[in-house]
Amino acid sequence: MPKRVLLGVLLACGLTASALAQEPKTGGVINAVIQPEPPGLMLAMVQNGPVQMVSGNIFEGLLRYSPKLEPLPELAESWTVSEDAKTYTFKLKKGVTWHDGKPFTAADVLFSIEMLKQTHARARNNLVQVDKVEAPDDYTVVFTLKQPFGPFLGIFEVGSMPMVPKHLYDGTDWKTNPYNNAPVGTGPFMFKEWQKGSFIRMVKNPNYHEKGKPYLDEVYWQVIPDAAARSVAYETGKVDVLPGGSVENFDVPRLSKLKDTCVTGAGWEFFSPLAWLWLNNRQGPLADKRVRQAIMYAIDRDFAKDVIWNGLGKVATGPSASTIKYYTADVPKYPYDPAKAKALLKEAGYKGEKIRLLPLAYGETWQRWGEAVKQNLQDVGMTIETIATDVAGGNQKIGDWDYDIAFTYLYQYGDPALGVGRNYVSSAIAKGQVFNNVEGYSNPEIDKLFADGAVATPDSKRKEIYEKAQKILVEDVPVAWMLELQFPTIMRCKVKNLITTGIGVNDGFKDAWLDK
Amino acid sequence: MLRSPSGVIGLIILLLAIGIAVFGPMLFPNSPWRMVQRPFLPPFTLSTVPLGTDALGRDVFAGMIFGARVSLLVGLVSTLVALVVGVPIGAMAGYFGGKVDDALMRFTEFFQTIPSFALAIVLVAILQPSIYSIVASIAVVSWPPVARLVRGEVLSLRTREYVQAAVVTGQSNTWIILREILPNALSPVIVLASLMVATAILLESSLAFLGLGDPNLISWGYMVGAGRTVIRQAWWITVFPGVAILISVLGLNLIGEGLNDALNPRLSREGR
Repeated sequence: MPKRVLLGVLLACGLTASALAQEPKTGGVINAVIQPEPPGLMLAMVQNGPVQMVSGNIFEGLLRYSPKLEPLPELAESWTVSEDAKTYTFKLKKGVTWHDGKPFTAADVLFSIEMLKQTHARARNNLVQVDKVEAPDDYTVVFTLKQPFGPFLGIFEVGSMPMVPKHLYDGTDWKTNPYNNAPVGTGPFMFKEWQKGSFIRMVKNPNYHEKGKPYLDEVYWQVIPDAAARSVAYETGKVDVLPGGSVENFDVPRLSKLKDTCVTGAGWEFFSPLAWLWLNNRQGPLADKRVRQAIMYAIDRDFAKDVIWNGLGKVATGPSASTIKYYTADVPKYPYDPAKAKALLKEAGYKGEKIRLLPLAYGETWQRWGEAVKQNLQDVGMTIETIATDVAGGNQKIGDWDYDIAFTYLYQYGDPALGVGRNYVSSAIAKGQVFNNVEGYSNPEIDKLFADGAVATPDSKRKEIYEKAQKILVEDVPVAWMLELQFPTIMRCKVKNLITTGIGVNDGFKDAWLDK
Repeated sequence: MLRSPSGVIGLIILLLAIGIAVFGPMLFPNSPWRMVQRPFLPPFTLSTVPLGTDALGRDVFAGMIFGARVSLLVGLVSTLVALVVGVPIGAMAGYFGGKVDDALMRFTEFFQTIPSFALAIVLVAILQPSIYSIVASIAVVSWPPVARLVRGEVLSLRTREYVQAAVVTGQSNTWIILREILPNALSPVIVLASLMVATAILLESSLAFLGLGDPNLISWGYMVGAGRTVIRQAWWITVFPGVAILISVLGLNLIGEGLNDALNPRLSREGR
């Protein structure tokens, strides 16, 4: 067993390869960190990151997604798409029961969709193109769309569309339903108890519809509020799994060198968090495209990746992360080139006007990153003033468009129509919001491309449209793309198969097993 | 002053620190924010970065030099502001007595009842961290002791014969306070001020440690705060600026002690 474990891909490959070679063993208990403590566990009502991470193992969606974002069967065992790409027919798996023993049927799917439209903002948006949903029999669900919608097969993941038990929720006041505190799903694990401030315990579902799964007996989600204490909890053996983001980046190399420790950056492909700098396109020097391009050339993004993120992640090439559909690397490139940045600034007539930089108040990593970017920009002659602020203050400034440069990172949800277009189309400009088109970029051509792309068929046509959009955007630099972030998951090597899908730990305990 | 060995040591430390703050950046013009070497380079391995590099590969030595500037500047300026506020309030309260005294002292107590560090944090957080808000908040929390000290001194001097003589000869109140009373009340204030500079440096460091420093200026407290989280991997990022804070605060305390010995007539007579 190698004592020193390298970060990243090498390891992920090694892990999967060795895991595949072995037969899963049954039994055992895993302790994982959950950070921060979730506000609730009813996935249909709250969808914060930690809620998805815990409840994704209790609830299930119709589909799950491979690391390449291909749909995989979960509650739906097969699906067909009509010739005109407007009718999707799902065949549900038979013999699936809720944790309380009642059978799962098409009626639950219809009910879940109606409920989610009211309680889940992203699900509501995803379902806009749906004209009607019908259940011709207990195990068939048919979605009829108003027009073809390319990303439709990408909206059925458990966090985006969790299935809710109709018999427990229909006709009740959803907000006060007692099952919100003791959720009942169809998933591999059943909710057992929640000691607030201490741990959430879930136990094996003995009647799970996939024979033999899950392998583990119990999973404890430990709540540990302090980042340093979370590292220590791993070191002392109190916890076995540190999901992405639960320890500070600089602790990752130290922890990953520990004995019998495995690290992987996989399991975030569906979210593909992409970090960039909002550039306020409305005013001042940044209204000039050449200044924005200069910023791209001026920032040493490899340094950010290697030093600030400890080598995890990938330098972004444009508005789409490389893991999502229709990504193309065939766009204008912006290597680290301070000389070119200086030349562009000179050409644009920039004369040292003060530019305000708003770092993201999410902890040490982001602060250090803000300092590095500031230094990069000052090195090419820009005058940068860092504005110190907390999360709420930063959101306020961004929402009021009272900034010049601001850090952010957003999820992409696998398809440009779901996660990319919203950041660049002019219809998504609205004061007060901290997502979507905050930079104030407005280009009719881009608006049209994204509008067409969402509903174009077939796939090759969408690909063509989105590749064109990426090229235009990268040339215009509405925002300065930094890194495709990776949040490494750290775990003991004896934990096998925890991360097998594009949503990682969020539905990972289904396949996980413990090599004793 | 020069007779007291601790005072001399303190003075040497202070002059050294001021020298570094004033001339250091000219001798070592490398910006402390620039990434110059690989990150986490241990100290004493490369002569170009004698004290190693921090988490981003920035020169810890350059940070120490530039940090001296901010720490001393904040210490001195905020103390000066606190004196400018505290001395007149104390002098007026002590000299006029009665209702003026009551009003001013209740006002002072209002500030004294709030824990000073908590108040400083709140002020900086509300005003947004910048060098100005930091100086202002440190001054706001540190003037009340000055006012009380000056008031006490003035109260006792107020009844001296030479002051009464000045009153009898018809001198104006301002003249009496400025020319007769304050010069004689100054020695304890000077001692207090030297200690206040030390406290102010500590306060600034604590604020910066908590992330409430001026994000555009490097200071020792910021370096300790930023390095704190990686202390297990790289002790030198926190230890060197920490030692710098320790030494300069110690130096100022020694000066305070030396001044106290020198300015206290009773003590100096005994020494003779």
